[in-house]
Amino acid sequence: MAPAKKRNVSSAKTSEKGVKTAKIDLNSKLESILENRKHANDVFDILEFLQSEKEKDVIGAVSSCSKLFFAMLERKDLFMGKLPGEDEALSGGYSAEEKYRIFMRHRYNSCVEMLLEHLSHEVHSVKESALCCLMKFAAGEGQHPLEDLDWSEHYSFPRELIQAVVYSLLSKTTDNSLLISRFQEFLEMEDVRYYVMSSIRENVGKVMDKNKGAVVPIYQNNVFTLMSNISMPSQESELTNFMVKQEAKHEDWKAAKLIEHKRVFERMWLGFLKYKLPSSMYKKVLVILHDSILPHMSKPALMIDFLTAAYEVGGAISLLALNGLFVLIHQHNLDYPDFYKKLYNLLEPSIFHVKYRARFFHLANLFLSSSHLPVYLVAAFAKRLARLALTAPPAALLIVLPFIYNLIRRHPSCRVLIHKPSTEDETLEDPYLMDEEDPVQCCALESSLWEIKTLQKHYHPDVAKTAMLINKPLSEQEDDISEVLEITAYELMERDLKQTQNKSIPLEFETASQLLKGGGDVLGQHFCLN
Amino acid sequence: MGKAPKKRSLADKVRKTKTSTEIKNNPFEVKINRKKFDVLGRKSKHDVGLPGVSRSKAINKRKETLLKEYKHKSKSNKFIDRRFGEYDTKMAPEEKILQRFAMERQRVHDKKDVYNLNEEEELTHYGQSLAEMEKYNDLVNSDDESEEKGLLSAELTASHFGGGGGGGLLRKKTSGEQQEEEGNQRAKSRQELIEELIQKSKQEKRERQVQREEAQELTEKLDQEWKNIQALMVKKTPKAENADKQEEKPKLEEYDMMVRELGFEMKAQPSEKMKTPEELAREEREKLQKLEADRLRRMMGDEIGEGAQSQIHMSADDLNDGFILDKDDKKTLSYQDGKWNLGEESDEDRDVDEEEGESGEEEESEAEEQDDEDEGNEDGDEEEGEEGSSEEEEEEEEDGHSDLDSEQESEDEEREQEDKEPSAKPKKSLSKEEMKAQQDAAKAELPYTFTAPESYTDLKDLLSGHTPDNQRLIVARTQKCNHPSLAVGNKLKLQKLFGFLLEYIGELTTRSPPDLTTIDKLIPELYALCQMFPEVACKAMQSILGDAGHSMEEVIEVKGHVAFPALDMLVYLKVTALLFPTSDFRHPVTTPALLYMSQTLTKCPVRSLQDVTSGLVLCCLAVEYVSFSKRFLPELINFLAGTLHLAVQDKTSLGYTVVPPFRPSGKNSDLLVLSDSESCKSWSKKDLPLSAVQHLELKNDLDRDHHRLMCLFTCLDLVKRCCLLYKDLTCFPQIFQPIRTLLSKHLSAQTLPEPFQELHSEILEAISSAPVSHSTLVFEKKKPIPLKLLTPKIVEVLDYGKKRGSSREEKERERLKHKYKKEFKGALREIRKDSRFLAREKLNEVMNRDAERKRKVKELFGSLATQEGEWKALKRKKRK
Repeated sequence: MAPAKKRNVSSAKTSEKGVKTAKIDLNSKLESILENRKHANDVFDILEFLQSEKEKDVIGAVSSCSKLFFAMLERKDLFMGKLPGEDEALSGGYSAEEKYRIFMRHRYNSCVEMLLEHLSHEVHSVKESALCCLMKFAAGEGQHPLEDLDWSEHYSFPRELIQAVVYSLLSKTTDNSLLISRFQEFLEMEDVRYYVMSSIRENVGKVMDKNKGAVVPIYQNNVFTLMSNISMPSQESELTNFMVKQEAKHEDWKAAKLIEHKRVFERMWLGFLKYKLPSSMYKKVLVILHDSILPHMSKPALMIDFLTAAYEVGGAISLLALNGLFVLIHQHNLDYPDFYKKLYNLLEPSIFHVKYRARFFHLANLFLSSSHLPVYLVAAFAKRLARLALTAPPAALLIVLPFIYNLIRRHPSCRVLIHKPSTEDETLEDPYLMDEEDPVQCCALESSLWEIKTLQKHYHPDVAKTAMLINKPLSEQEDDISEVLEITAYELMERDLKQTQNKSIPLEFETASQLLKGGGDVLGQHFCLN
Repeated sequence: MGKAPKKRSLADKVRKTKTSTEIKNNPFEVKINRKKFDVLGRKSKHDVGLPGVSRSKAINKRKETLLKEYKHKSKSNKFIDRRFGEYDTKMAPEEKILQRFAMERQRVHDKKDVYNLNEEEELTHYGQSLAEMEKYNDLVNSDDESEEKGLLSAELTASHFGGGGGGGLLRKKTSGEQQEEEGNQRAKSRQELIEELIQKSKQEKRERQVQREEAQELTEKLDQEWKNIQALMVKKTPKAENADKQEEKPKLEEYDMMVRELGFEMKAQPSEKMKTPEELAREEREKLQKLEADRLRRMMGDEIGEGAQSQIHMSADDLNDGFILDKDDKKTLSYQDGKWNLGEESDEDRDVDEEEGESGEEEESEAEEQDDEDEGNEDGDEEEGEEGSSEEEEEEEEDGHSDLDSEQESEDEEREQEDKEPSAKPKKSLSKEEMKAQQDAAKAELPYTFTAPESYTDLKDLLSGHTPDNQRLIVARTQKCNHPSLAVGNKLKLQKLFGFLLEYIGELTTRSPPDLTTIDKLIPELYALCQMFPEVACKAMQSILGDAGHSMEEVIEVKGHVAFPALDMLVYLKVTALLFPTSDFRHPVTTPALLYMSQTLTKCPVRSLQDVTSGLVLCCLAVEYVSFSKRFLPELINFLAGTLHLAVQDKTSLGYTVVPPFRPSGKNSDLLVLSDSESCKSWSKKDLPLSAVQHLELKNDLDRDHHRLMCLFTCLDLVKRCCLLYKDLTCFPQIFQPIRTLLSKHLSAQTLPEPFQELHSEILEAISSAPVSHSTLVFEKKKPIPLKLLTPKIVEVLDYGKKRGSSREEKERERLKHKYKKEFKGALREIRKDSRFLAREKLNEVMNRDAERKRKVKELFGSLATQEGEWKALKRKKRK
């Protein structure tokens, strides 16, 4: 709370410089209201400022409001319990004190409404200050609840306020990712997080049902940003940071139990993933799935439907689904039929070009590290990868080649792929069937890795050198793939660029005379200077 | 002094006495040395010894030498001149000499000249034969003499060598006949025969002498006569001069003097041999072969001996200042079609501005450079005047060159093609007049010296507002004026110049329209500078590539794809290929450049026709990069297949996969599909401008279609080239599988113009004709581990026994030590033996002396006794 306060002050300060008169005006009004109830009507002026067109005025007003109403919350100047209507209050038999409170409570409510509106303001600083102000109110309300706390089942928490904030954060029309990242600091607090999660779930259900399950990219993006910003605690003991301390029965409070957190978290995600997602969203979800979603779910196996669906999609999404599947198979005893066949069919030329290349090969390495795999399968993988390597860029080749070598090392019976001495002088057409989907029937074992032989003529020296390794029996030691997984083309370039030159640099000895000459004149035959 | 020779002669005598076979056969004399090991094939000299013989030999030797010395010990003798009549005062000196001579003659004669029939004694003066001297004095007759000398009469040969027919005198001496005759013709003894022979030969000789004298007289007479008529001759023929003795003499002296002078003068160093065109061609070819071999080695990536290779030939007196004296500049004296090459060459070099991109420019000999510089430093006026005056000549000369050049070209095929052609061709493409006009203009405008630019803006200021040719000239002159050999700071200046030029090129491409002609002109200068400073050029290129790669990487990180590089990068890539070898296995510049190209070909999505053009330029470059080394570039094939895919109309059922950046379908995936198939008819092949990469102006659909067709044509041509390049790869069919399906099923050439159909069928044929089957992979055969060999270890047995000492010097010392020891022992033994011998002799002497004394005493006693006896007898008688 402290930082929030500070920030408020600072934002107020900046506005101070800009609109000094207004600011002074606001400040004096604020003081007068707090000083004396006579000046209660001045609050309208402040609220008027809140609706002003000028952002600086608005910001100033927001800070004034936050100060004003926070002070009032503390003083308990706001009406508690069920709020009667304004007219009713005037007519009803309330004391002047009560009337004042009812009046102020109404102002407070309208202020909150306005602030919620401001959450979708165009200017980010307005949004931000409004958000901070709202959270400050939430904190205030938590400590000084506006409801009666007589009945013991209820824990005091400004649920409605938080819900309202969440609802307006998850806008359908504007991308609120910046604001959401600002909101993240409030999510540090366990109770806020808990209620935010449940609010999200409700909101998603509502909105998506309204849209009949159709894709709403901006909304979903907002939801995803908010959800991915939620960082779950991993242990019960970590649950210490609360916005609202419950005096009574704190231990029984749902927001104070990790298991409840997990349950809400799980329900939130499942609720979100239930609906159709845009493919980019799929990727984003899958990227974080294995390490920031699955571990925090109470029943990770519930994700199986989503993952299977994603795995069936094909392309990059399948690659990413692999990771989640791996976690489920590995830690939750998931049995996935034809897993390797599907993995085999995932191998497409594009795997060398996608962003998640490193992750894919890391996982593929894990999947194929089992020594219980049949030889034909391993050979099929090796052969397919080799075939695909014919279209791969050098950085990918530096992964694939050691990968294939490792496969052969792990399964010595695959050695026939690179060493088949029995057929003497007999030439052989490659029997491997690239289009065959079933690794059993692709005849990989009858083939040889001629592709690697071809890559020995690759233009990049490191690739060529690596490919040369098949000329001799492979060493016993497996290559460490993790070292090369993240290598980029620029790093490869740097290897040559950064090399210290101690020997002389070879030069072209054929004299250059024209721009388009030389090297077989290919350029010169198709292009001219002008 | 007198001792040593005497001793030696005595020792020789002893050595000559030989042990008779008798002794050898006597078993009592023989001692057989037992052999410890019987070694096969060894011949030993010392298995049988003759101790008695050798002892007696030694004793004899000592008696001859040591004993004599001993006996002469403590005896002083005086010098006796044994020459005849030396101490005879009565004899006259003449007589004395005569007598001595006679004795000498006699001594020589009776010893070995008994059989020397023909030869008279040779008279000498100062050790030189007088007869010879006489002959040489007689210069005129020298030739006659030699003739006569060489003449061998049949008789003479017969007598000397015993060969020939039947009538030789000495023939009778041959063994068979001699024995035959021995019986009946004993009367005519050998002595008589020889006498006869001598007589005959002497007579012959006399006759010959007479003849010779006659001939000489005749010649002299002729000479006299000639002298008389010589005056009549107006002009002397060289022959007459020769014949004239009077005239000859002083000349001869002069000549002699000269010879002597020359003899004392320092010997001229042998200059390099003049080379014939064939030799030059061969040398050039060898050089190229060496370079080619070097390149191949680098291509294979051999690590061995990489340190040894150096592109630049380092001469022994290279100052390592970056000054390169090229081998192929024809500074050595050479003839061409009977004309001297040198003058023309130097002229060429001096008139720098005349020569376009002469490769030898920066590689001139130092002297020339100096020369040039001098000229450059002089006022421009003078130079201009000079040049103006010699314009006519220059033109003529130039004609001469071109003729020569063309001749040369036809003559030395490859060399000239490689070396001269690139530089000569652009020049020739201009007409003579044009060129001349240009040169004149240049001469009129440009100063001859330029200070090297200190900053990039300096360079820009220097070059702005000049025509491309002039810009080139300016750069060339700047380079010459600031040659590293001229001043200390110049090296740095020129190194900077390279960087500036690169930057300038980059800027030229960004102009609109890009000024590619200027770049084209600047290429030779860039190349020359690069040859001078490979390190700097490498660094500059690396930084450009590194920056480009880095910025691209950053964009990719953020967006996942990146736009095609601008024209400047394409030009830089091309320049890289021109300056550095692209075929090396690993090269600090070209390897990153290749990586950069591969990255662009995989990461840049094709979104417009302009992008297609950029991609195709990159593909062209990529093909150029690997054209020599034939390395496999997967990205190239991917891109070409993708480009072809862009032209496929119906993308519903593909039998191939498209590799990123291309997508099987979607936006921009039919960029190359023709909007109207009719436009094929009006299409004709013309080169695309490089500037299309930056700015493509296509007004209507027809233009666009033409551009598409052009791209497609280029693409197909590149595919064809790739087919040829990669046809040896084992996976050739698999690599080209997508292209094959594409071309055969989806992109038929029937609707396209003629050239397309040709290319289309050629490609398909090339793909299908490649061998499909290969032998299975096997490991390389390991070198068999050699069996343990059981051949004996060979130990060198030297004269001192087993090998001792490791190095040569040590061995030699060891050997000498051993030898010294052996000799020392031997000498000691000899000395001991000598002293023993001497002692024995002394003892003998003493004994002899004692015996003598005893004998004498006995004698005395005896005589006394007889005397006594006689006296007693007499006394007895008396008594009686």
